[in-house]
Amino acid sequence: MTLLTVDDLVVDHRTPGRPAVRAVAGASLSVAAGEVVGLVGESGCGKSTLARAVCGLVPAGGGTIAFEGGRVTRLGLRRRDRALTKIQMVFQDPYASLNPRRRVGAQIADGLEVAGDRETTPGGMLERVGLPGRMAGRYPHEFSGGQRQRIAIARALAARPSLLIGDEPISALDASAQAQVATLMRDLAVESGAGLLFISHDLSVVRLIADRIAVMYLGKIVETGPTAEVWANPRHPYTQALLRAVPEADGLGRLPQELAGDVPDPADPPPGCRFHPRCPAAMDVCAEREPAPGPVSCWLYPPA
Amino acid sequence: MTDVTDVTRADEVLRVEGLTVSIGPHEILRGVDLALAPGRVHGLAGESGSGKTMTGLATLGLLPHGARTGGRVVFGGRDLLALPQRQLNAVRGREIAMVFQDPATSLHPMLTIGRQLTEHMRHHLKLGRAEARARAVELLGQVRIPGPAAAVDRYPHQFSGGMRQRVAIAVALACGPKVLIADEPTTALDVTVQAGVLRLLRGLCDDLGLAVLLVTHDLGVMSAVADDVSVMKDGLVVETGPRGRVLREPDHPYTRALLDALPREKP
Repeated sequence: MTLLTVDDLVVDHRTPGRPAVRAVAGASLSVAAGEVVGLVGESGCGKSTLARAVCGLVPAGGGTIAFEGGRVTRLGLRRRDRALTKIQMVFQDPYASLNPRRRVGAQIADGLEVAGDRETTPGGMLERVGLPGRMAGRYPHEFSGGQRQRIAIARALAARPSLLIGDEPISALDASAQAQVATLMRDLAVESGAGLLFISHDLSVVRLIADRIAVMYLGKIVETGPTAEVWANPRHPYTQALLRAVPEADGLGRLPQELAGDVPDPADPPPGCRFHPRCPAAMDVCAEREPAPGPVSCWLYPPA
Repeated sequence: MTDVTDVTRADEVLRVEGLTVSIGPHEILRGVDLALAPGRVHGLAGESGSGKTMTGLATLGLLPHGARTGGRVVFGGRDLLALPQRQLNAVRGREIAMVFQDPATSLHPMLTIGRQLTEHMRHHLKLGRAEARARAVELLGQVRIPGPAAAVDRYPHQFSGGMRQRVAIAVALACGPKVLIADEPTTALDVTVQAGVLRLLRGLCDDLGLAVLLVTHDLGVMSAVADDVSVMKDGLVVETGPRGRVLREPDHPYTRALLDALPREKP
């Protein structure tokens, strides 16, 4: 069953005196219950903006976001629509996302209250993320980065979400804690039957935890598919380049392949396919017309 | 100046012996030994807080206030830790150069990159204005900045992250150093851009015979460019050896734990 459907979403960032930057330019994505979807792409491709739009933190300029049959509206000052508290987010920087002046137990209790859960204690939630329950009385500064991110996860899960969003939840952590925290998020989400939208620029972690992978480039999703399939046989030239650039710790001393050029300015995207100026397989048609969205949005693979 | 030529072996440019650093009651480094050879990249791995950055900084005498050091850093027959400030200044930036993690903060935002590339060349190498500028353009070409002649008059914010890091590398190379210390040079970059910077570093090391100390927590990066790898934990080097052996058949349980923590395909 589809939990979240994002259809042709457009998000613009407006700054007075400058042209609007189209951060998300018609992206479509779906997440099913109990499914882990990894969203990957270079910095500035709009993956975080997409996540923020899904939980209503930025307004959608076009397209629709449907969650459990209802529409996601913009988060305002008033109390949130009950149905939408089922979307919870874990942010990138646990040093900024936890309130430094409140005990972590109290912050987790907020989530439990929203869910109407009177049985689980904040300490119990901490134990689920692998921290001792007695630490609920401490303040965020008493924890390390990895521990804080676990607390942020506990807080998100306390509200019993049916969709958990992780916006680069591991990039602020130590290399040795990254895989652990990512796996923990996956296990807890899948265990509770929730869907997980996991955003990261770290492909090796996404490969480890995601069932399905979506590759984003300059505001558009260029390729989606089951993780193993995309990994073994990437079809879009951008996905291929991205995967070739990941260095492997195999001790063989192979230099990763480089992708020439820079990400173009999203305020002034190239015509036709957005990847064509950097694409090694670009054809004439690529500069003229945009390829149709699909599992692989590329002229090399015309829709049948 | 202490004469310590006898302990520097022919194939080494820089040697760190029993380096200790403590700040207040805390021992940050507890006896680090390292050797750098020309044309080779020496990787220094470890978690944050293991002291890898501190080792890089201590080599250049860039330590926080009140830090006490022990041991020796032997370079060109001299112990850098015992050198007076004036003489150390002549070594820093000229013979040993450094590239930092975040190019957005390591470059001065209000000076053109040409200015930042020529300042130390004029000071250390006593080059004239025109001469230094010509060399700056040449350096930008060497680190593969497109249109070097025009780029020299631009400001850091006009470059992307990857290009900025290339500029930072050009700044480091300007005076023809023998040793380059790169502290997490690609951590702030995307994988696609990282690949380019790693290729550049490796190429420069091979072409110019630079001795590179690459500090990184990313074992993938380590595997791609380093010839030798040292693994640090709690201020000590726990394992050191050729890349292939350390990453494939680690001796120390900690190295194995680091490798096991990497996301791999589930068996």
